[in-house]
Amino acid sequence: MKPFVYSRATEAAAAVRQVSNERSAKFIAGGTNLLDLMKSGVELPDRLVDIARLPLAEITALPQGGVRIGAMARNSTAANHPLVRERYPVLTQAFLAGATGQIRNMASVGGNLMQRTRCPYFYDPAMRCNKREPGSGCSAVEGFNRIHAVLGASEQCIAVHPSDMCVALAALDAVVRVQGPEGEREIPFDDFHRLPGDTPQQDTNLRHGELITAVDLPALPFAKRSHYLKVRDRASYEFALVSVAAVLDVSGGRVRDARVALGGVAHKPWRAREAEKILTGARANEETYRKAAEAALSGARAYKHNTFKIELAKRAIVRALSTAGGSGA
Amino acid sequence: MSNEIGKPLSRLDGRPKVTGAARYTADTPIEGLTYAVFATSTIPHGRVTKLDVSKAEVAPGVLKVLTHLNTPKLKPIQHPPAGQSLMPLQDDRILYEGQPVALVVADTWERARHAADLVRVEYARAPFLMDFTEHLDKAVTVKGFFEPDSKTGDFDRAFNSAPVKLKQNYHLADRHHNAMEPHATIAAWRRGKLDMYDTVQGVFVARTVIAQALGRKPADVRVRSKYLGGGYGCKGFVWPHQILAAVAAREVRRPVKLVLTRAQDYTSHGYQAATEQTVTLAAGRDGQLVALRHESVAPGSMSDDYVEYGAIASRTMYACPALETRHRIVRVNRGPGTPMRAPQEGPSMFGLECAMDELAVVLKMDPVELRLKNYAERDPTKGKPFSSKKLRECYSEGAQRFGWERRNPKPGSMREGHDLIGWGMASALMETYRFPATARVTLERGGTVLIESGTQEIGTGVYTIMPQIAADVLGVAPERVRLVLGDTTLPGAGMTAGSSTTMGVGSAVHDAATKLKQKLTEMAGGPIAPDAYADLLKRRRLEKLSAEGLWKPDGEAGTGESKEWTMYTFGAVFVEVRVDESLRVPRLARCVGVYSAGRIINPKTARSQMTGGMIWGLGQALLEHTELELNYGRYVAKDLANYLVPVNADVPDLEAYFVDEVDEHASPIGAKGIGELGAVGVSAAIANAVYHATGVRVRDLPITVEKLL
Repeated sequence: MKPFVYSRATEAAAAVRQVSNERSAKFIAGGTNLLDLMKSGVELPDRLVDIARLPLAEITALPQGGVRIGAMARNSTAANHPLVRERYPVLTQAFLAGATGQIRNMASVGGNLMQRTRCPYFYDPAMRCNKREPGSGCSAVEGFNRIHAVLGASEQCIAVHPSDMCVALAALDAVVRVQGPEGEREIPFDDFHRLPGDTPQQDTNLRHGELITAVDLPALPFAKRSHYLKVRDRASYEFALVSVAAVLDVSGGRVRDARVALGGVAHKPWRAREAEKILTGARANEETYRKAAEAALSGARAYKHNTFKIELAKRAIVRALSTAGGSGA
Repeated sequence: MSNEIGKPLSRLDGRPKVTGAARYTADTPIEGLTYAVFATSTIPHGRVTKLDVSKAEVAPGVLKVLTHLNTPKLKPIQHPPAGQSLMPLQDDRILYEGQPVALVVADTWERARHAADLVRVEYARAPFLMDFTEHLDKAVTVKGFFEPDSKTGDFDRAFNSAPVKLKQNYHLADRHHNAMEPHATIAAWRRGKLDMYDTVQGVFVARTVIAQALGRKPADVRVRSKYLGGGYGCKGFVWPHQILAAVAAREVRRPVKLVLTRAQDYTSHGYQAATEQTVTLAAGRDGQLVALRHESVAPGSMSDDYVEYGAIASRTMYACPALETRHRIVRVNRGPGTPMRAPQEGPSMFGLECAMDELAVVLKMDPVELRLKNYAERDPTKGKPFSSKKLRECYSEGAQRFGWERRNPKPGSMREGHDLIGWGMASALMETYRFPATARVTLERGGTVLIESGTQEIGTGVYTIMPQIAADVLGVAPERVRLVLGDTTLPGAGMTAGSSTTMGVGSAVHDAATKLKQKLTEMAGGPIAPDAYADLLKRRRLEKLSAEGLWKPDGEAGTGESKEWTMYTFGAVFVEVRVDESLRVPRLARCVGVYSAGRIINPKTARSQMTGGMIWGLGQALLEHTELELNYGRYVAKDLANYLVPVNADVPDLEAYFVDEVDEHASPIGAKGIGELGAVGVSAAIANAVYHATGVRVRDLPITVEKLL
């Protein structure tokens, strides 16, 4: 591991200043991903600014019925907070589907947003990777790509975003609050992560030195009826092959409103708006869910080892919608 | 005899292990320690053309950078017992990715690791071979531990005239041991002698090979291994890093600690080679086998002849008059394979037991019935009787405990909610490898008993069962008996491998304890009560009284053969799997195993061995595979995030039972071995259950979701 300078921030503004002043400085919170990447020689920061003790861990109700989750709230704390459990069960389920109890106890909500892909080619500097070293090539396209993207990929990068939490946040239209050298701003969730395009090295639209302070969840009363389904080889402690966050407003046998997001299929948490269009106003039954699933994967493209993900994602969508929507009551 | 044998005594080393008091190799405190880290080859085949160590050499804390240009020449070593004869840092040849090209020694581990990253290497690349399945035409016959081929009867004639025939290919994945504790070696030279703390399954074997490589007498080398955080075979043979740690310590004139990284664990000490198996069966309509041919091809290395015997179980398992087996390897640019729980029988029982299930389907016969129909009363290849075998009882007790009679044989016929339920079974078989061993048992002042033997504790329960055996003879409480092991200054013992320790070391301990009791009886002038031992010593003004024990198998060491008998352990495994009708991810729901494995010294630690084996088999069936990167000639990933082993959430209710058995032909204490047996048969039973659940026959492990969609 490359030597680096470590300092602990006591206030957000100072942390922002320290990181924005130095090109290769990084924030560290739980460190559950960054330290692995540093040990692998993928991340090579000269300075780490520890933000774990900044007073940003509160989870509070917002005036209009929403909830604000402080960026430094631990994944385990956020998962089990009564406001989250009660108003956004899909988010609790997503949190608890991720990693292990030990890791959730360390990992922060802000850090979870900043997770990098688990593509094995990205993780090993002995192999070419455009995300790690722009222009070097993508080894996964011609290599072993079982866990890779089927939606929104580019020839430059077919990696997927690993987070479970973010799939639920995408479905819930969360807003990411950040503080930068020029002040604060809000980033709609869909604009936070990026598709790879020609710049796969850039996972998010966060600017260097910007600090995530909180995630806002807007009021969404029907989110009480929601479900997170994660499909994976191992029963626990594995990233999703595919996952689905489904939020359905069903009454009188019809879907009034719907939110569907997918994990494990794209470079970012994938909001399935085509599926939502089909769902909205349609009968809440399996036929509708199937149509929605087909629509969600209509633009899918598979590689040598991940063809199965397309069918698996469709089936997972149907199951998640059936679970969230019940039999259409 | 006080009947300590057979009691479910809790592990005597349980408390030190869970409290952290147990000291593992890398935790050994040594004065003046330095730290060594490898830089490894990024290409699979070629030569090192340029090595730039200038940045590494001047990095903070660095004491030495060893490469093939400055490492002293070592004496050649042979496989076995070396894991490989190829010694890195001796010349510029590269035969596999991950082969060490430099060893950096620094004053801290972090500095050594950083400096290792600063070593720059240029290579001349040569063409490489990775995937043996694409080069089956290059298969060669080599002599490993066993004869590559066997032939009994006239296969072609029997096959051609049989009414029912079946031929299928089965593929098992490359797997890695992934012991929780990575390999660690501490080497310290003191007055010309080498003192090593090493993560090994055999201290004496390590001493022999390390001394040979360094051109020293074994007496100049001491190797210690007090606790092992899992071995599973990868710490059995002796690997280059152990020797190079000793070389580094000599070069820097300070003790060196070398702990391999998790990634290096994938390329430094073997793996379980994949096997491509073909099973050809012919039977009468009544299910009687008339011809059986089992062929296996596995990847081998460029430097050595380790063979995974993926067909060997078929030589023994079923009574069949015409029986052939064949083993080949295809040399590839990877380090050599090595035994991994359970080698040989483990992979081969997958092909055989899946094929038997397929035959049962063709014959519309119950799988258990088919196996009973072909029950072997003696080894069909060697012709010898089994020293003990109660497999019939295993089948019937297992079936009864599992509830097998409620099975509807039709695939997909049993379900609950979204779950398709599958019930499958398989047999288990493992050869009883026997090795000689010695031990010393000492009565100490105060009446406590000390057992000394240079064996190893690799997690199996040796610290508990050896005291039980001595206590049983001497009539003292096992808690008053303590075992000291894992040191080449102790009485000699073999590797803790091949499920051989209970039998071998246990018999030596039994012999020593018996002799000690004789001495005490003679000294007392007649029978003496255990509570009078201490007084007797005191009266005789003795500090202690010792006896040496020895056991030697009456046949070739390292086999399960004696003049009259052939020795194996057996079992029957029954499993239930659940496969979601839509999502198609297979999960194990329960597993019942019943075993015929000789006398069980401690049913508690033994049960733990068997359930651990079942989990090992579950991993083989549903999760574990080391993926090859064919473009780079390496493994895709070398970490536990990509190599999936079962976690608690994958492991359901596991039940393990033993039939009552004492095998006095195998060892004086009636015991055989169990460490590997539990891992055999499980993957076949699971594959057979997946077929029963879904109607899809997966002949390619692991059984992952895409094979069932």
